[in-house]
Amino acid sequence: MAQANMSAEPRNIGWQQRKRKLLPYAYLSPTLLLLAVLTVVPIMTVFLYSLVDNVIVNPNPPQFVGLDNYEEVLTNRKFRGALSNTMYFAIVSVAAHFIIGLSFALLLNSRLLSANVKAIFRVIYILPWVFTASIIAILWRLLLNPHGVVNFVLLELGLIAELQEWLSDRKLALNAVTFINIWSGYPFYLVSFLAGLQGIPDDLYESGRVDGGNAWQLFRHITLPQLKPIIISLALLDFIWTVHQFTLIWMTTGGGPMRSTEVLSTYTYKAAFSSHEYSIASTIAMVILAICTFVAIFYVRSQRMADE
Amino acid sequence: MKKYFVFLLVLALMLVSGIGMAQDDVVLEFQQWWEPELPEGSFRAILDDFEAANPGIRVETISGPYLTTKDQIIASAATGTMADVVGLDGAWVNVLWKQGALASLTQAMMDAEYDDSELAAQIRLAGETYMIPIANFIYPVFVNLDMLAAAGIEPPTTRAEFAAAAMALTDPDNNVYGWAQPLSLEQPNGIQNDTMSWLWASGGSMLDDMGQPHLMGNEALAETLAYIKSLHDAGVVAPGSFAMKENEKVEEFVNERVAMIVNTLAHFTLIRERNPDLNFDITALPAAEGYDGPRGLPYASWGIGISSNTEHTAEAWKLIDYLTSVEGNTKLTSIANAFPGNVNATPDFIQTDPLFMTAFEIFQEGYLANEFTGLPAAEELMRQMAEPFQFYLEGEIEIDELLEIAQEEWQDIFS
Repeated sequence: MAQANMSAEPRNIGWQQRKRKLLPYAYLSPTLLLLAVLTVVPIMTVFLYSLVDNVIVNPNPPQFVGLDNYEEVLTNRKFRGALSNTMYFAIVSVAAHFIIGLSFALLLNSRLLSANVKAIFRVIYILPWVFTASIIAILWRLLLNPHGVVNFVLLELGLIAELQEWLSDRKLALNAVTFINIWSGYPFYLVSFLAGLQGIPDDLYESGRVDGGNAWQLFRHITLPQLKPIIISLALLDFIWTVHQFTLIWMTTGGGPMRSTEVLSTYTYKAAFSSHEYSIASTIAMVILAICTFVAIFYVRSQRMADE
Repeated sequence: MKKYFVFLLVLALMLVSGIGMAQDDVVLEFQQWWEPELPEGSFRAILDDFEAANPGIRVETISGPYLTTKDQIIASAATGTMADVVGLDGAWVNVLWKQGALASLTQAMMDAEYDDSELAAQIRLAGETYMIPIANFIYPVFVNLDMLAAAGIEPPTTRAEFAAAAMALTDPDNNVYGWAQPLSLEQPNGIQNDTMSWLWASGGSMLDDMGQPHLMGNEALAETLAYIKSLHDAGVVAPGSFAMKENEKVEEFVNERVAMIVNTLAHFTLIRERNPDLNFDITALPAAEGYDGPRGLPYASWGIGISSNTEHTAEAWKLIDYLTSVEGNTKLTSIANAFPGNVNATPDFIQTDPLFMTAFEIFQEGYLANEFTGLPAAEELMRQMAEPFQFYLEGEIEIDELLEIAQEEWQDIFS
């Protein structure tokens, strides 16, 4: 009897140890399951589609083609044009979002304005953020129509000599959709920067002023360094979101005129749902994923540095 | 207590017999986008009539907006779960056929010993029918009669007359233009309705005898595109063409900023609702000088087809047979304000509305011509034409280069 108890005890200890090791994974399992279903499986499916031909809308079994789809996409001049437009659209948008968002945040953080005035301007500045992309696209299509309000105002002010076709002129269209994206996206920066500015201790500015610093020097050596973690996070996240921007461009120009506003998202959509080339669309999606992953690595690093 | 048992027994017998009846019935799933576009209950009434005439067959509708229906049908075709009977647009037929998702209607007609001589059109692929258009919406030219009268001109019948009318009606200082041509790349159907329609109206074709792209070296097409460019160069086309969509074209016409548009009859009610005072008429699309043959009429259709996965092909065909019969087709096209898929059907509105009477005359004098119907990736073909066409209209490429680029792109899709 005593021998049986002695042999049972090590078994219990072993089970307890295994249980203790497994318990954290049990707690994590719901999250891991969700991650697998919502992220890993779709990404792997798209990746597999990018390596084969004849997927989804072809009754024949898919054929493994290796990296042929990648070669086809990367050597396609339309893809390169879309990539170039995407980079222009994203970089200009991010830079403008930063400048406008920070400027408005500084204005709203100013002590020169009363609380009521600040509240009114907060509402006005944040308005573009409450509209969905579809509403923004419809709104700006109407405003930028050749017979729209924008042309009327600019003509009346003498800033333009004739009606401009903002969304249907190849020379203007990309800048026009970039402007719309800037208009719709700056409030996110404004809110984040305002929160950041309100978190900077007044002591720092007082010390700066005691040391004889002027407004520019205070901004340069106190405000910007204090906001740096927010700036990096916002810029990287905004870049990723802007690269994914689809609705706004699709509903305003559809990638035209003459492909002047074709970006990676519209190009992918056309490949999938217009040409039914799902393998090519999956390949472009993987290239976008690679670009965004590259940027995301910087985001994670910046977060880690901020934590440290 | 006894009464209670008797009641339960009767109820149970009724249920069992009901289930028995339901099990005997063949239930057809019918997915389409038509029901939401028709007066409430009117489509169901037609199907009820069909069920009354065909005991043992019940039709369950799966209805949704056009785009949702398109996505759902293509997705269900990929997973083999397509409804028994489906509403089809000519632009989807090819991709569904390639998936093997559509049953051959030729076979269904042969099995039912059906005489197809009454059908106005059939969409064939590899020699077999896969879609039958049952309601057709033609695209004539809508003209603003007041603006034409003010300029002292009659509705144009030839290209030269149209160009002269557009010139006379254009007044840029007051933001008024003769014509509007939507060429948005988001909705590239302007290539079908507002560009190629000019070619078809003069008996031209964009395909060769084998149904392959015939763009390079196509004199009639080159002349048509050059004619349209001359309208743009003359400044008679409303600005913003390259980003304009079909609904904006209609808005420009409704608001009397554009005097003439190529437009679907389906917009009659919309135009009258938006501007009840608008005095407008319709006319056939102008033909090239010297052409006196029948004019091809661009059209959009409500087509119908059968899923290759259905277990009830015979019953599905009975439904199509009913909707394409004189009785069923008259009912459907009357409530849809569409032209019939059965040559002997006569919708009610033709007798009651003079504009529809004119449209019906145009319909009878011409022939249905939409060469994009049944082509592979039809929407993408339109887009592949729209892109170089925009370059051409801007004067950046010549007509030969435009046709060469489009031919190459189309050939890729066809192959």
